[in-house]
Amino acid sequence: MENTLIEVKNLEKYFEISGGLFSRNKSIVKAVDGISFDIPFGSSLGLVGQSGCGKTTTARALSLLDPKTGGDINFYNSETQMMQSIDELEGEELKKFRRNIQMIFQDPYESLNPRWNIKDIILEPLNIHNIGDLKEREEAVYEILKTVGLTPPENYMPRYPHELSGGQRQRVSIARTLIMKPKFVVCDEPTSMLDVSIRISIMDLMLNLAKDLEVSYLYITHDLAVARYMCDRIAVMFNGKIVEIAETEELLNNPIHPYTKRLISSIPIPDPSYNRETYEVNFQELDSLIADNPNSDEMIEVNPDHFVGTHDVKGLL
Amino acid sequence: MNILEVKDLDMSYKTIDGDVEAVKKVSFTVKEGESFGIVGESGCGKTSVAMSLLQLQADNGKITNGEIIFDGKNIVGLSESQLREVRWSGISIVFQGAMNSWNPVVKIGEQIREAMREHYPDKTKEENTKKIIELFDIVGLDSSIIDRFPHELSGGMKQRAVIALALSCDPKLIIADEPTTALDVVIQDQILKEIRKVQEVLGLSLIYISHDIAVIAEMTDNMAVMYAGSIVEMGKTDKVFSNPKHAYTKMLLESTPSIVGPKKKLRSLDGEPPSLINTDSYCSFSYRCPSPDDNCRNRNIEMELTKIDSEHYADKCCINCG
Repeated sequence: MENTLIEVKNLEKYFEISGGLFSRNKSIVKAVDGISFDIPFGSSLGLVGQSGCGKTTTARALSLLDPKTGGDINFYNSETQMMQSIDELEGEELKKFRRNIQMIFQDPYESLNPRWNIKDIILEPLNIHNIGDLKEREEAVYEILKTVGLTPPENYMPRYPHELSGGQRQRVSIARTLIMKPKFVVCDEPTSMLDVSIRISIMDLMLNLAKDLEVSYLYITHDLAVARYMCDRIAVMFNGKIVEIAETEELLNNPIHPYTKRLISSIPIPDPSYNRETYEVNFQELDSLIADNPNSDEMIEVNPDHFVGTHDVKGLL
Repeated sequence: MNILEVKDLDMSYKTIDGDVEAVKKVSFTVKEGESFGIVGESGCGKTSVAMSLLQLQADNGKITNGEIIFDGKNIVGLSESQLREVRWSGISIVFQGAMNSWNPVVKIGEQIREAMREHYPDKTKEENTKKIIELFDIVGLDSSIIDRFPHELSGGMKQRAVIALALSCDPKLIIADEPTTALDVVIQDQILKEIRKVQEVLGLSLIYISHDIAVIAEMTDNMAVMYAGSIVEMGKTDKVFSNPKHAYTKMLLESTPSIVGPKKKLRSLDGEPPSLINTDSYCSFSYRCPSPDDNCRNRNIEMELTKIDSEHYADKCCINCG
């Protein structure tokens, strides 16, 4: 693909767990076990799955907070106009590269320093990367606060996080993220702590910003309804692996993998007249798919751009 | 028959900034075997209503007016020992995040027996254990869980055990206050099914409190929408969903994404709920209302539910807004 922004190949993140203080036994937790996807420019990919399936670990590996233990992450380098592996980056180059990838965290109450005012919180990334002089930086903060809807900015700049509501705090997080003009933002459940009425305004803000600033998202959520609203494509993760990935409506209308089906059938529908059917896990469809494609890789393409994972998940569901 | 009748309930918390009127003139009834939902955003007073029903509100909270008639008897103003008889064996509650309320050093079964001993001092340990195994069976837990410690169970299992605990003293009414908030969607779905099954099998009445309108749609027969301490709309769940009258209800419904039906643009609700300290008399929704008129904020408007039809009521100020 020409317009690919980020390409993930067989990403692995293993954690070593020691058996205890005096134990020599070490076991390995395969939190992320060989996942692959790519994200085109200006597109958003939803990553859904139950708690503990490796969503957040993927997010942290992708945003370079935790080093991956295997696989490749390739990123489009606008200077050379080629895909470049992040393993090749070191020192200054890596630091410069980090501006392109930013992260928005789940909890706006925890992720902002309570002792700093809003201006300093949003200024910090500019200071770290030494961008512009002080006046330019302050202007940038002013502009970005306007962009995220905290107006008038001069009212917000001297305030502290505890003076803001949850929705406003999350707007500050988004402002801090976007001030670096990133190309790729990893969002880890950014609206799950917010109230329903505020949630939509934050989601709409992020969608508009994606359009205006050409930002791509990896949007992590456990709520498929939210993913449907936010994402062009959805990847369903289970037990450290991607079990199904497709364009959003295709995935919801035509799920193949039993875990995807189960996830979809678990979502409550805001309509009392809707009769939601219980899904009994069965592997027939998946088994016959595997039987029909004996020579294929781990992921089988069932429809254009709709892939189903064939890893053995029997007994885990 | 009504198992619970709440009439004009007012509850406020004393704080150094003034009295927070958390519950204002709330009236509703729950029939026997019915499931009643309360929905609203955080801080709207849902949990305060639940706590008032059992009079378990924080020390600075006080019921200032109104009656709570449970099983034909007003329980407001009862003494602590009289309340103990109502709590758990009359009304029991599954708290928000209740799965974290287990004592980590006592086995699950012993903690349930502790509640049962309080209410049924004559029963033997064996009888109680037998009862617990029956309850575990209803909520889908293996009987071996009795001898497990809380840390050995997953979140969903702990929450199931909490439901068993809530059922242990044969209550007539269960209040479930966001029982699935901390759980995963798949587990949430299982717990919701379990609660529905329990309600059907034992013929219980249920008050289900949630911020998630989709869960309310599936779980309840009748529902109330709360905003800033008051009920702004109430009625049969399908009527409220198919024909919402209050501007806030409409916005709640239009701001909830769904995975079925055509993908539509959702509406957001800007602003925040008003402060509940020393409120003057005005329509509490007027500051977020899409079409407020001067009367809503300036005049002394009494918020009051008005009848739309025999099974549907909405606050009279906001019926035609939005």
